[in-house]
Amino acid sequence: MSDPVVLTPPLTDEDVAGLRAGDRVLITGTMLTGRDAAHKRLVDLIENGDELPVDLKGQIIYFVGPTPTRPGEAIGSAGPTTSYRMDAYSPILIEKGLKGMIGKGSRSREVVEAMVKHKAVYFAAVGGAAALISRRIVSSEILAYEELGPEAIRRLQVKDFPVIVVNDTEGNDLYEQGVKEYAIK
Amino acid sequence: MREITAGEITEAIKSLSMSAAYHLGEDVVRALEMGLEEETSPSGQDVLKQLLENAQIADEGKFPMCQDTGLAVIFVELGQDVHVAGGDLNEAINEGVRQGYEEAFLRKSVCHPFTRKNTGDNTPAIIHIKIVPGDRLKLTLAGKGGGSENMSRVMMLKPSDGKDGIIDYVVQRVKESGPNPCPPIVVGVGIGGTFERAALLAKEALLRHIGEPNLDPELAEMERTIFERINKLGIGPAGLGGRTTSLGVHVELQQCHIASLPVAVNINCHAHRHKETII
Ligand code: SF4
Repeated sequence: MSDPVVLTPPLTDEDVAGLRAGDRVLITGTMLTGRDAAHKRLVDLIENGDELPVDLKGQIIYFVGPTPTRPGEAIGSAGPTTSYRMDAYSPILIEKGLKGMIGKGSRSREVVEAMVKHKAVYFAAVGGAAALISRRIVSSEILAYEELGPEAIRRLQVKDFPVIVVNDTEGNDLYEQGVKEYAIK
Repeated sequence: MREITAGEITEAIKSLSMSAAYHLGEDVVRALEMGLEEETSPSGQDVLKQLLENAQIADEGKFPMCQDTGLAVIFVELGQDVHVAGGDLNEAINEGVRQGYEEAFLRKSVCHPFTRKNTGDNTPAIIHIKIVPGDRLKLTLAGKGGGSENMSRVMMLKPSDGKDGIIDYVVQRVKESGPNPCPPIVVGVGIGGTFERAALLAKEALLRHIGEPNLDPELAEMERTIFERINKLGIGPAGLGGRTTSLGVHVELQQCHIASLPVAVNINCHAHRHKETII
């Protein structure tokens, strides 16, 4: 395997256009979190023409609902949740400047098309490796929707956060490639 | 009549919910290690290593192995010579879940289906009670994550579909689930009974330790066939491509109606959390 690519958000069009499905990436810096309920609220605001509580330009959003933080720790257990539940909302956020999403599992055709059109990528983190992943999260603060509990929007500071590119800006899909390569007829 | 207090039951459930979240069963760890030995895909090997390391971090640090600490599914085998004293059995169980999830900082993942409002304490638990002979109480807690539960299905096949139809259906279900249920997965298959019984059989099948085949040779053979076919699908660890898509397939069967062939597939991720205790 080749060396991982190092990324620091905010990401530019050039940053994401250089990534290919299958690239291993280490992210250092800040990223946002959000799952179903927070996505719905953001999209409702956009549709009403209202201002968002967070700036999405160049950002990466991590689909995660961590366990409660124990005293003295940066965050609880924090692995990715299944991404298809965000499919209805992601294209609109990508249009608003979102450059990356981290989750697990396949995305819809609409999301893949939006990524190609507006230059964004979808990364997978290893589902269920949540204790290991949370060690790469240095700090966490709630930015919006605290009342949503695990579903609130947070800003994370991460160091060497490990992900792999699933969908790139050319419409490639690592899940499809992987199955093709390893399936035995 | 042997007396067991509601308080003892609450304590037992509380400690099961914590240990299920922290300590992956030895059978699962062994199955992951075996998968790593046989995995040919580099990213598959990488993922399996991460999962083993994750299990170790969780175990040593008493840290939840996955952020989805699940709905608490509780199987109760209540001896008919047991008298539960000092409270309601269901409430004693829910109280144990409430205390365990709160004190151990586990995620509360129960909400109303329409409003999605979180109940805030991970209750109500899903409780299945069976009355059995004897004067013991056996409690089994499964922390069931949403990702893999969402990929599960019940299907009413036609009797003419037969054994091959069942096998095809299960393999197809796993194929369609792809990376979503956090492979490598454990697959519980319930065959027969009625619509709801098939689902329960599938969930009970997941409770069996990995590596212990069904005692019925015909079903053990079926488990092997499904297992081999799933591991040829190419999905691999985390769905990134590879051989280790399943860690085990468990089939349970019961008689059914002459007109029916119910089949349920309950998928469990590698965070295969089951703990039991006997009072
Ligand atoms: S499917 Fe299992 S391992 Fe994956 S996120 Fe859900 S509970 Fe965790």
